[in-house]
Amino acid sequence: MTESTTTQTTTSSGRTLRTEEMIINMGPQHPATHGVLRLELVVDGEIVQEVIPHIGYLHRCFEKHCEHMTNYQQVIPYVDRMDYCAAMNNEFAYVVAAERLLKIEVPERVQYIRVIMAELNRIASHLIAVGTYGIDIGAFTPFLYCFIDREMILDLFEMTCGARLLYNYMWIGGLSHDLPPEFIPKAKEFCRYYKKRIEEFNNLLTFNEIFVKRTASVGVLPKDVATNYGCTGPMLRGSGVDWDLRRDDPYSVYNKIEWDVCVGKGEVGTVGDCWDRHIVRMREMEQSLRIIEQAIAQLPEGNVQAAIPKRIRPNPGEVYARTESPRGELGFYIVSDGTATPYRVKGRAPAFSNLSVIGEISRGAMIADMIAIAGSTDIVLGEVDR
Amino acid sequence: MTSQEIFDRLIAQFGAVSDAGIVSKLDAPVDPSITVAPAHLKAIAFFLRDDEELQFEHCSCLSGVDLKGKFAIIYQLASLTKKHKITIRVEVPAENPSLPSVESVWKTTNWHEREAFDMFGIVFTGHPDLRRILMPYDWEGHPLRKDYQVPEFYNGMRVPY
Amino acid sequence: MGLLDVKFEHDNVMVTSLDWLLNWARLSSLYQLQFGLACCAIEMMAASASTFDMMRFGVIPRATPRQVDVMIVSGTVTLKMATRIKRLYDQMPEPRYVLSMGSCANCGGPYWEHGYHVLKGVDRIIPVDVYIPGCPPRPEALLEGLMKLQEKVRNETLAKKKTA
Repeated sequence: MTESTTTQTTTSSGRTLRTEEMIINMGPQHPATHGVLRLELVVDGEIVQEVIPHIGYLHRCFEKHCEHMTNYQQVIPYVDRMDYCAAMNNEFAYVVAAERLLKIEVPERVQYIRVIMAELNRIASHLIAVGTYGIDIGAFTPFLYCFIDREMILDLFEMTCGARLLYNYMWIGGLSHDLPPEFIPKAKEFCRYYKKRIEEFNNLLTFNEIFVKRTASVGVLPKDVATNYGCTGPMLRGSGVDWDLRRDDPYSVYNKIEWDVCVGKGEVGTVGDCWDRHIVRMREMEQSLRIIEQAIAQLPEGNVQAAIPKRIRPNPGEVYARTESPRGELGFYIVSDGTATPYRVKGRAPAFSNLSVIGEISRGAMIADMIAIAGSTDIVLGEVDR
Repeated sequence: MTSQEIFDRLIAQFGAVSDAGIVSKLDAPVDPSITVAPAHLKAIAFFLRDDEELQFEHCSCLSGVDLKGKFAIIYQLASLTKKHKITIRVEVPAENPSLPSVESVWKTTNWHEREAFDMFGIVFTGHPDLRRILMPYDWEGHPLRKDYQVPEFYNGMRVPY
Repeated sequence: MGLLDVKFEHDNVMVTSLDWLLNWARLSSLYQLQFGLACCAIEMMAASASTFDMMRFGVIPRATPRQVDVMIVSGTVTLKMATRIKRLYDQMPEPRYVLSMGSCANCGGPYWEHGYHVLKGVDRIIPVDVYIPGCPPRPEALLEGLMKLQEKVRNETLAKKKTA
């Protein structure tokens, strides 16, 4: 552990003062750490000299469970619970990896429905991120606005697969249920409604003078530091790096859909500050609406359960598949030994690497800025600890 | 660049050394991976990151695998500028699993190597701070090994159901 | 409450009226520890947002354990976190209640079989008053669990319990 250092300071009147650094614990139970994260802060008064994150408070032995499952489909509920704010995206990453290992081709209808669900869940996850970020900074109303809109998305999920938060919907080879007839009209209505709400939300929080003062030029993450630390998603794009796996390493049917990748430009402060990461998330929600509308327009007919294999017995081999989840690059590395049980499943969680950079970007920040920085990394401890 | 071209470029740079740094390339189903000897890992890692043709400045993932008798450590590398990717594989024996750390090449491996140490007991020499990351600091044993026995009690709490 | 608690021998009209008043005051303002562990915490947040609105029951989140009445354990309790939960529970002043929300806090949940780091149920370290099943439970289920807790508080009494 760290030890505090004692230094001598000379005041302007010539007297020497003895100062000492304090070690403060932002413990696992804290309103602003987004879960069970422990940040050990070494502070000199109000200014943070060093941050040491301690994780593992939610380590639920996901990888050990995968090695004991009776088949590959049984891993999907566990994968859901990794990043619980965006469960559809987790399932998407896992089924893409498993289908690549098993060399299964899924019907087009399944691909488009998966894209629609993943983008809806991206919006839902970003709503949690910006809503709780508002609460951390001190604004309570945006949180309520976000959760009202989120209830509309959860209604759509509930009418399709019966669950609000953790779905077990995307299966290897297909889906568990087809879309009910009311889904498409309700989804189109949501897209129409939400476009206007984003404007309202931006006026309320994003361009609010207090919010800008709290987040602009705070926690600046330079480009090369972000790449070297393995940051992905809005953390990386907020620093100005134009990298999005849906466009640069396409999977599923993303290559048939048109949308823009949002990159931070330092509009109100420095490139790579907390405000940039926030505006990237807001703009990504608008782009997700575009993707959903195009996917609904291109949706073909078909059977969503036709390609689900009765027995899954892959050949020995290994595969690493990566997808763009709301937090960044979510990848699954699966090793198979030829039996029906996976030999090793490793989840590459984006929040794990995004959190490791927090020590670099918070040197010299005040404790209040620490809260803003921790909120802008948008971590979910379920996937950091797995 | 395809994985064959990356392999050829690595052979061109390192293969001339008598105890060849590159061991073999497996056209493993499904992803092709390049196996590398542990002793030369750091030099190869620096070359992969800094060479103008390769520019693998992003290390996505570092996983350990318990292969019952040896451990395999798998590095997934990606290039954001050149838009290609490769898998590097290192194998160490199970009795004394240790290999050089690449923390100075890609800072993201700092935490990933701590996790591999925590879960498998693989020692990364040269790592600035190799201690447990997910399990409690006073935990005994390395959980993801295939022969791991779950303890009965931990600090007075019963662990199995 | 140490002056009045369990001091009276029999139920009489003064005690029952005082009971009614104190219980009504307590159940209408159960302050909650702002403490979410895992997925159930998202449903707890949804329950305190506008659509389900836990605040109309008087449940307001407070950040410090010294000012709360109820601790809702929402999510998986790992062995690393268990010592901290025990410490938080010890810091809560009496009368205190614990609501175990979700399958993981009740009995270990989906991680019961091979979870070497999961505590199989939070009732192994602290006493639980109400268990809410679900993975995760719907916000309506959380509100029903809260109402069951209010029923329990409503039936408490200052008089000594009659022994057989």
